[in-house]
Amino acid sequence: MSAPIEVVEREFGELALNMGPQHPSTHGVLRLILHLSGETVVKADPSIGYLHRGVEKLSEHLAYDQLAPVYERDDYLAPTANSHAYCLAVEALGKIEVPPRGRWMRAFVAEWQRVSSHLVWLGTLGLDLGGALGGGTTLYMHCFREREKILDLLEELTGTRYHTNMNMIGGCRYDLDGAMAAKSVALSAEIARALPELHALAGDTGIFRERTEGVGVITKDLALSLGVTGPTLRASGFPTDIRTAAPYDAYPELRFEIPVRQAGDALARYQVRMDEIAISLRLVDAIVEGLPPGPLFSRKPIKNPKATKLPAGETYVAVESPRGELGFHLVSDGTAQPLRLKINAPSFANLQAVPHLLPGGLVADVVAILGSLDPVMGDVDR
Amino acid sequence: MPAAEVVGALGTRFSATPYALGVELHATALLEAARALRDAHGYRYYVLASAIERKETIEVVHAVRHPDTHDTIFLKAALAKDALEIDSLAYVWSGAEWHEREVFDLFGVRFRGHPDLRRILMPDEYEGHPLRKDFPMDTPWGYRPAKTEPAP
Repeated sequence: MSAPIEVVEREFGELALNMGPQHPSTHGVLRLILHLSGETVVKADPSIGYLHRGVEKLSEHLAYDQLAPVYERDDYLAPTANSHAYCLAVEALGKIEVPPRGRWMRAFVAEWQRVSSHLVWLGTLGLDLGGALGGGTTLYMHCFREREKILDLLEELTGTRYHTNMNMIGGCRYDLDGAMAAKSVALSAEIARALPELHALAGDTGIFRERTEGVGVITKDLALSLGVTGPTLRASGFPTDIRTAAPYDAYPELRFEIPVRQAGDALARYQVRMDEIAISLRLVDAIVEGLPPGPLFSRKPIKNPKATKLPAGETYVAVESPRGELGFHLVSDGTAQPLRLKINAPSFANLQAVPHLLPGGLVADVVAILGSLDPVMGDVDR
Repeated sequence: MPAAEVVGALGTRFSATPYALGVELHATALLEAARALRDAHGYRYYVLASAIERKETIEVVHAVRHPDTHDTIFLKAALAKDALEIDSLAYVWSGAEWHEREVFDLFGVRFRGHPDLRRILMPDEYEGHPLRKDFPMDTPWGYRPAKTEPAP
């Protein structure tokens, strides 16, 4: 005689799911602890720090002239933005002049890297949204094909494709000659021609719009209180751009518009970034056209970096990196090393929105929201 | 750049002294000054929190900004090294939450009333606060090989 069948009723509560730190959609080493009810996210807890290299601690042990290349490793999709902000901070504290041509060349590389960084963002967003966009890799390959040409141009200009070491305190290293200027103009026209193609593969498709429209809305109040920055802030209706709000280098002399969207969702962030690519392409042309003659660098050749000392004081200088406001809060006590250097990273500020955006959405929205925020983990963890 | 009249208003109300980037004030006045800055003066955009270690004190710094005029003001409060506790601003600007966690993680400053004060960059079980000047640089946590090889 068999025992009666026992019926056990079990209630499924929340499921805690680990996403990352090795997940391909987390853009590096971000770990998200998702609390799920069914397929709906109830709570999200990002865990960061897997790429923490102690750059701020290292700053307190190196001389000022040795530090600019160190910061280029932070935000590895737009390396010059980091050294750019650092050099501006040191120049502000040390009252070091930069010659006009040096300032314009900095902006030249910064704008090309903005385009290249946004192309990486669009390509990886295509990968994240995956099968919905023609197998995913289609958009990725188109973006990386265009980006490759920019890296080739930067290689010809600076000798390296990526960490260009362009900026140094008091100016920059590499000069643009006539042949390279012509190449830059031709390249910007070429990428401008490819932009409609990228739109056709991404924003113009119904599937892309359905995955991003109304997803991950950052309201105006939340955007201000969290301090999100860059395209994420502009997609929430604030036309704030450091290049016009607190202009530096060549930007006071350049005219350009700031794209704004009111919706605050993932689609708005896509539209702002795509507009920015087109504007940056026009900007590099304007820079090539208006490049003033003269020297690139204002200081004597540096033989002993430890001899460079800054007066005691405190300053905060920010640049508009492709991800937003990248600020350096530099405190000097008059010695050859910073007393304290805080990097205000745009990805850190933007990633902070994640616990506010994910609850209520589906797991599939997580990758769309993360992709639209464009965090770079090297920038978040420093 | 800080707006002169806001610095002046904070100075008279919270006895704050102006400096290059904003105001220095007493740690007990920080929370009230932050509320006044947000509600009365419209500084609704949060920029950053940081800390600076001096000889006797650790200074906690918050930077906030007016979204329309783009004026940035720094609030600085000094803490004695044996009493590292200050009011959290995470309920005034939600952006302060992670920034304060970072200051706690790297400097060991405790934030009173913070919703979730955990380490953020270093591992949870890490000991010490790496950005302190007295943090031993020659003993990285767990990664240093033993000086003498154990006998086989």
